[in-house]
Amino acid sequence: MTPAGTGSAPAVEVRDLHVTLGGAPILTGVDLTVATGEWVTVIGPNGAGKSTLLRAVGGLLPAGHAVSLSGTPLRAMRPRARARVVATVAQSPVVPAGMSVLDYVLLGRTPYIPPLGRESAADLAVVYEVLDRLDLAAFHGRELATLSGGERQRVFLARALAQGASLLLLDEPTSALDIGHQQEVLELVDQLRREHELTVLATMHDLSIAGEYADRLVLLADGRVVAAGPPTEVLTEELLATHYRARVRVVPGEHGPLVVPVRAG
Amino acid sequence: MLSVLVALVAGVSLGPVSMPPGRVAAELLNLLPGVHLDSGLTAGEIAIVTQLRLPRVVLGLLVGGLLALAGGAYQGVFRNPLADPYLLGVAAGAGLAVTAVIALGGTTDPLAGLPVTVPLAAFLGALGAVTLTYLLGAAGGKGRSPATLILAGVAVSAFFSAGQTYLLQRHSDSIQQVYSWLLGRLATAGWHDVLLVLPYFLLTAVVVLLHRRELDVLSVGDDEATSLGLHPQRSRYLLIAAASLGTAAAVSASGLIGFVGIIVPHTVRLLAGSSYRVILPLSMIFGGAFLALTDVVARTAAAPAEIPIGVVTALLGGPFFVLVLRTARRVLS
Repeated sequence: MTPAGTGSAPAVEVRDLHVTLGGAPILTGVDLTVATGEWVTVIGPNGAGKSTLLRAVGGLLPAGHAVSLSGTPLRAMRPRARARVVATVAQSPVVPAGMSVLDYVLLGRTPYIPPLGRESAADLAVVYEVLDRLDLAAFHGRELATLSGGERQRVFLARALAQGASLLLLDEPTSALDIGHQQEVLELVDQLRREHELTVLATMHDLSIAGEYADRLVLLADGRVVAAGPPTEVLTEELLATHYRARVRVVPGEHGPLVVPVRAG
Repeated sequence: MLSVLVALVAGVSLGPVSMPPGRVAAELLNLLPGVHLDSGLTAGEIAIVTQLRLPRVVLGLLVGGLLALAGGAYQGVFRNPLADPYLLGVAAGAGLAVTAVIALGGTTDPLAGLPVTVPLAAFLGALGAVTLTYLLGAAGGKGRSPATLILAGVAVSAFFSAGQTYLLQRHSDSIQQVYSWLLGRLATAGWHDVLLVLPYFLLTAVVVLLHRRELDVLSVGDDEATSLGLHPQRSRYLLIAAASLGTAAAVSASGLIGFVGIIVPHTVRLLAGSSYRVILPLSMIFGGAFLALTDVVARTAAAPAEIPIGVVTALLGGPFFVLVLRTARRVLS
């Protein structure tokens, strides 16, 4: 899913991003381009800076002039305008006590509701449409905290979709789910991306799954991009051995390489 | 709204001189422009209604509304079910400031009503206290829990109370006056006090109620609120300032009346769900009705003597607080 060469600006463009937190460099000179409609997944060992990169793209960290979304520098965007362009599903989103699914998904309309006003009929219509789309209509009155992990993940996605943003940032969207629900959620994301022409930038730990769903992978290690490209180029035994210190076999699969851990000896 | 009307009529009818609620209701309607009903009350009774009891009930409605609104707002801003003007030390800060004004300013006539400087001093005291509590509570860094903030509030409270005790000891001539105010009094309230509190009430209510939606957004945490397009810190500071202003006005008018800010929002939450869009307006209404009715208990339970209203709310609030603690334990652990 690469753009049709219209010359339009990429959905995400990161140029020479440096992030330092508490005196320690987290990201050093990171470059990243995500074309409109593309799915790019950032992989890398713990502490490589994956989440920090996503936070910078989402506007949660001061990223200077390094990040542009669809050609507009992040710095030039006001928070409400930014929230209409990019929606984030955090790694472990806060579940407010007692909040209903409907109220939670309605939070996604925040960038459209006037600061001192209330939600309009159109906002509610969007919310109900999204709930319908994600098979959550029956849950709308339920308390979010009472849902199962898989249902909750769908509600988190629903809030992001209600934001009406064209760029979706997913930080470990499946780390809390069993393997069946992982596939269910990722299939759903893929389907939504095709239907709504969304761009997806995700982080993931499971390398096989990362490779099956993403158009391109970006391998981050010690705050630098050490490899980027189609899954077959990034998921190699050499690269994974070097940067993860992992002993793995990489076998060809139907939708991308499959990474199988192998015990030493 | 109905609860406010019930509180209004009950509050005006009951007291050392009891009057039939129906006649009182008619007399209250007479206050509306264009209404002329024959209530059958004597001129003396009418004076009791309009000059003594009505301002007292209205002040109760305003103060109770402010305390409950401030409590609900603090709970949202700090994402903490235990936050309340008293537990955060805000009321103690305002209390110290008012004590200082009374003790050092030498207003001697307890019935003269409040000097205009009192609410302003109380506001500064309240802001100072909430800032201190916030900084101390945040000092634990990322690992801080709701309990940390409340412990900081308790420490700040103790500090300001100590300052107050010291001031009182140095200025023992004003002890009697400070104490009658301190324990919570709506007793001396005339229309003067109502007019003094009213502007603060309106300002606090408008600011807090207009931002009630943002409290729902803040409930998902600062990071997610930012990605939803909010300035979390800006909203937080504004709401803290408004809630502290409301607390300061309530404390200056009626002394230290505890637990309203925690009882009322929690009851509303149980009845009407967890959205601040609903909790805050309902808390304001029920808080007012609650305090006005509590005041009826305070002045009739041991009639002809009056029990300080702060004592009554504490008697009700203590057991209630234990209940809240039990339900909030999940959050605290």
